[in-house]
Amino acid sequence: MTINPDLPILFSPLHRLQWEEAQQKYVILYPEGMVELNQSSAEILKCCDGIRNLAQIVTTLEETFSTTGLTNDITAFLEVALQNGWIQQ
Amino acid sequence: MAGSNNNLDAKALQITPPRWLLAELTYACPLQCPYCSNPVDYAKYPSELSTDDWKRVLSEARKMGAVQLGFSGGEPLTRKDLVELVQHARELGYYSNLITSGYGLTEEKIVQLKEAGLDHIQVSIQASTQELNDHIAGTTSFNHKKEVAHLVKKHGYPMVLCVVIHRENIHQMPQILEMAEELGADYLELANTQYYGWAHTNRDLLLPTKEQFEQAEQIAQAFKEKVAGKMKIYYVVPDFYEDRPKACMNGWGTTFLTIAPDGVALPCHSARDLPGLDCPNVNDYSIQEIWHESKAFNFFRGFEWMKGPCRSCDEKEKDFGGCRCQAYLLTGDMYMADPVCSKSPEHAVIQHAIDSAKVAASLTSDEKPLVFRNSKNSKAKSLVDGKGV
Ligand code: SF4
Ligand code: SF4
Repeated sequence: MTINPDLPILFSPLHRLQWEEAQQKYVILYPEGMVELNQSSAEILKCCDGIRNLAQIVTTLEETFSTTGLTNDITAFLEVALQNGWIQQ
Repeated sequence: MAGSNNNLDAKALQITPPRWLLAELTYACPLQCPYCSNPVDYAKYPSELSTDDWKRVLSEARKMGAVQLGFSGGEPLTRKDLVELVQHARELGYYSNLITSGYGLTEEKIVQLKEAGLDHIQVSIQASTQELNDHIAGTTSFNHKKEVAHLVKKHGYPMVLCVVIHRENIHQMPQILEMAEELGADYLELANTQYYGWAHTNRDLLLPTKEQFEQAEQIAQAFKEKVAGKMKIYYVVPDFYEDRPKACMNGWGTTFLTIAPDGVALPCHSARDLPGLDCPNVNDYSIQEIWHESKAFNFFRGFEWMKGPCRSCDEKEKDFGGCRCQAYLLTGDMYMADPVCSKSPEHAVIQHAIDSAKVAASLTSDEKPLVFRNSKNSKAKSLVDGKGV
């Protein structure tokens, strides 16, 4: 499974992305399970709104964090996310 | 709180907050599964927490960091305030799961629960055929369960199908998998029976042979590969055929909190059967006090309580000595290594159980009947204990 660069990316409606106050981190919740996220993974997933595609997500994050060269890292993470069913296209 | 044990005083243990809360709303259930994990003497505990008590329990546990919530039972749908509790859970930010037999679940209820914020529904099916399902459930329920599974999907819930595996249905593994695919399950839990509660009583009739296990596991494994990316399979291993026990509860008092219908807080849902734990009741203490200070929750925290061979074992951080309830049920000593472990001096009891199940397999159902989980049998069981109902 690889990311199709042309299609928008959507966070899976069968999962929930949520800030956990007690843990001071974002988590993904799904039946019988929970994944704790680091800051950058959470920022990427928050951009998966079903409107933006890969390139647009990269642009948004590079602007937000005033940096460049994030394409590879973001793509790699989103592939993992797709395999785990956290996002859809 | 009175009675905290030496475990804590001896060594300052780091206590992690609960993450999973299992709210057993009621012991009432229209089904009679002979492997039910409820205590066999549940008839002794007829009282149930009020709506307000449950709301307080949910709030307190959430504040400590619990995030996964299971509404279970018995059959949680028999509680009239279920929708209200689900709504409260949603407001608190829980990820909530209804663990149901599907019995009594209508489309209207499914919609109401969705609107209240329920995240998913786990429907249990007993077998792949109506005849066997209804026999095991002790109730006519098969067709309705399949209908419920469709409705759960239709209304946008992740659909989690749960099938408890034992000698009576293990031969149906291929058909069970087919059924899960047909019903469009997003998750399939294949739970080999764990022998506590009613399953312990009925073990001779439920425990499959090693060959049956291995064959069924192979079939499930091949299926898992086939449906990868479409359906997630949770395979709960049958620990009687392993040489190491499971890491019970991820460590006692580290992650899981169960509240029984009458408000008794349990470190594991079978802990009620262990002697001398004095499990605290939420009517008397806050969840914070229960989790941190109660005798029951500190009893098997850490490693200080262990004796040989666990105490000096280099695997103890991996499995915590296995299941305390299994150690107690099978050896009579709750401090003993889980007898599933091949290093346990009591390991032979597992082979005896396997042999005894083999003998029982040759008996007719008149000679050796299943004991169904219902109030009549539970009352009888309570009396056998000599404690009365
Ligand atoms: S296992 Fe069966 S009898 Fe026990 S609570 Fe669940 S549905 Fe009811
Ligand atoms: S001896 Fe105890 S700690 Fe060691 S593997 Fe066996 S059960 Fe686990």
